Amino acid sequence: MPAALLETVGLCAFYGATQVLFGLDLKVGEGGVTTLLGANGAGKTTALRAVSGMVQTTGDIRFCGQSLAGWATEDIVRLGIAHVPQGRGTFVSQTVEENLKIGAMSRRDRAAISSDIERVYGYFPRLKERRKQQAGTLSGGEQQMLALARALMLRPKLMLLDEPSFGLAPLVVRDLFEILRTLNRAENVSMLLVEQNASLALDLADRAYLIETGRLVMTGAAQDLRNDENVRRAYLGY
Amino acid sequence: MIAGVALALLLPLAIKGFFLFQLTLALIYAVAILGLNLLTGFNGQFSLGHSAFYAIGAYTAAILMDQADVAYYWTLPAAGAACFIVGFLFGLPALRLEGLYLALATFALAIATPQLLKSTPLEPWTGGVQGIVILKPEAPLGLPLNSDQWLYYFTMLTAALMYAGAVNLMKSRTGRAIMAIRDNPIAASAMGVNVALYKSLTFGVSALYTGVAGALGALTVQFVAPDSFTFNLAIALFVGLVIGGVGSIPGTLLGGLFILFVPNIAEELSKGLAQAVYGFILIAVIYLMPSGAAGLIRLIVGRTARSRSQPVHFETASRSARLTRETPMSSSTSGDENAK
Amino acid sequence: MDLFLHQALAGLATGSIYACLALAIVMIYAAINHLNFAQGEMAMFSTFIAWQLMQWGAPYLLAFVGAAAFSFVAGIAVERVLFRPIHKAPVLSHIVLFIALFAILNSLAGFIWDYNVKSFPTPFGSRSLFGNGLVSSHDAGMMGVAFTMLVLLYVFFRHTRIGLAMRAAAANPESARLAGVRVGRMISLGWGMAAAIGAVAGIMIAPVVFLDPNMMTSILVYGFAGAVVGGLTSPGGAVFGGLAVGIIENLAGTYIPYVGRELRLTIALFIIVAVLTAKPSGLFGRAIVTRV
Repeated sequence: MPAALLETVGLCAFYGATQVLFGLDLKVGEGGVTTLLGANGAGKTTALRAVSGMVQTTGDIRFCGQSLAGWATEDIVRLGIAHVPQGRGTFVSQTVEENLKIGAMSRRDRAAISSDIERVYGYFPRLKERRKQQAGTLSGGEQQMLALARALMLRPKLMLLDEPSFGLAPLVVRDLFEILRTLNRAENVSMLLVEQNASLALDLADRAYLIETGRLVMTGAAQDLRNDENVRRAYLGY
Repeated sequence: MIAGVALALLLPLAIKGFFLFQLTLALIYAVAILGLNLLTGFNGQFSLGHSAFYAIGAYTAAILMDQADVAYYWTLPAAGAACFIVGFLFGLPALRLEGLYLALATFALAIATPQLLKSTPLEPWTGGVQGIVILKPEAPLGLPLNSDQWLYYFTMLTAALMYAGAVNLMKSRTGRAIMAIRDNPIAASAMGVNVALYKSLTFGVSALYTGVAGALGALTVQFVAPDSFTFNLAIALFVGLVIGGVGSIPGTLLGGLFILFVPNIAEELSKGLAQAVYGFILIAVIYLMPSGAAGLIRLIVGRTARSRSQPVHFETASRSARLTRETPMSSSTSGDENAK
Repeated sequence: MDLFLHQALAGLATGSIYACLALAIVMIYAAINHLNFAQGEMAMFSTFIAWQLMQWGAPYLLAFVGAAAFSFVAGIAVERVLFRPIHKAPVLSHIVLFIALFAILNSLAGFIWDYNVKSFPTPFGSRSLFGNGLVSSHDAGMMGVAFTMLVLLYVFFRHTRIGLAMRAAAANPESARLAGVRVGRMISLGWGMAAAIGAVAGIMIAPVVFLDPNMMTSILVYGFAGAVVGGLTSPGGAVFGGLAVGIIENLAGTYIPYVGRELRLTIALFIIVAVLTAKPSGLFGRAIVTRV
């Protein structure tokens, strides 16, 4: 495993007085893809939100060796951590292109932003066709593309992906994961991936964690989890 | 309690005319604030326009006495009925208005009221800008009281009835439905509460209380004029509500005393400063004691009890915690904590 | 017909002021989801600042710019000090603070500058434009200033980075944060701009209604009516609504006896209640969805 880009140590998270995560130690390698598996309500989304500074946490979160404890979400994002939330969070009354510009809000290099918009359209040609359209009028798959595209405008080192396949047709999902693979291989974007479709996630990932009710129950190389009897029965369904 | 009642009853024998007049007015304001509190504290609807209902009550009384020679005591039920109807009708469209929008509609109502009262079509009844002068009622049955003293007792009696009515209403099935709507309108309607009807009714009852207070106010001041019922009056009632504690019935008495005496003190310091004092006190309440004076008193009582004996402490604390949670404003405390 | 046109034009002039206030209301509504009941008093206070600067000998333009700049800074300060700490508190706490602000500004203005009605200068003169006294050169100038400001704001929101960031922060604060938008700063900026717009509105309307601490109270009601007509979530709608309310008010005053002239505020009240009841999202606004 290469040097860790993101590392959490004893990460606990709280919604008010309710504790949701109990001492998670997670790692995402430089250029690696880590996936979090687990049933609904296990705390996967919360783990991503914790990294983005959107919930109250204890324990440490280190990114490139720097501690993020107590950082505001905006500042964490500006380090190059792009969070694509579940349900996508696109700006529905803004146009596709405006959404992309919002994604680049933390950058000031105008020329590079314009060329990045074109580069991102290269991945998602459908978005280019609909660049002047309000994001709310896009189909579910297109909106998911837009959410990814917007995240890319940040030029992220790390992407936090929350259920990217949620609610999409199988063919669209396959395309989407192909793009994720390309981003990871060609652009060296590291990923922390939460995904219901464990089989797809394990294909893409090099490292995997299994979470149950906010605690780690299994850690290892993606391949090892894939071959584990219990994981196979519970999450892969064969 | 008994000592308080005795004190209130014997007070007119000890104090002089003007102070007694002020106390009467404070009690009248308390009833008006009680009306507002039934709406906001118990039903969770907001009004910045209760000065309008106070005005309708006052004008109903004044017009009946001026034009039709109706006896003063009959003007109270008339004012109450008029306000109930207007309030209920205003409450009907208001049903569809969530908190903020209702506040907006009532805000506009309060600001439009003085202009409405001055308008030419209504002038034959309202007397336009001049207003109406009425006569002070005399004590009945040859009681050895001057009219200030009699008005004080008359107001006291009316207020006692109104407070008893409010307490009983809130203890009844209807009251529970009203509060259920405040706490969770969707759950309430799922339980079979007719949310629309109860919200309109509460608006009507709330207007009725404030209207009766308005009528008493007209009798006491012996005069009504449009500019007595500006938005400043709406602010005053609102301040009284917040100071006394949203959702606290005894707190309204404190609110009434507050909005009568504090502006006088402030005016002595400098003319026109009363509103600023209100403003700063409102801010202090939101930041320091979001449950109002009633909450503060509960807190002090709770502390004292705590220092006396452990079991009592537990009981009191849990009870006050429950009460605080019941007031719709209490969650602003958590907002404060987040800010720090 | 001439009368009708001139009355409509005069309505458009006052309507442009209502449009400015409506826009200020909508901007703060977009930022914090609350209605600023003190918007009118803020504008009134700003107008007094301009008046005071002129009393001290400043030329009109300097007083105008100075008051707008002061209002911008003061608006940001009010947001930071008063409203940010309670941003998660329930509706009632917000209403209480807005009323507090209303009372303090009104009272403070009376305390500093007293309650006597003062005249306020206009740089446009007050010649009658069509010879019948219905539309003055000040009305025309007022309309010009208001429209220029509205166009500038349109350009700002549509075509600048910060304008886009403000729209993003208002539309979906959480997603905006995830895109690196500093939402807190955008909210402050919204308050500052709303206060400055209010200042311009106040300075423009003061020569017509004269300067005193209560000058804006009823104008604010028209501003609210405009914002509600257009839909509280639509800046363009607010401008349209403000203009429409101005025209309706003036035409009603001309053609409906008594009601139109003496019950103008009641008309505004009626508009507010009618629109909120029949179509709460206004003509151009997003539907208001209540969270369960």
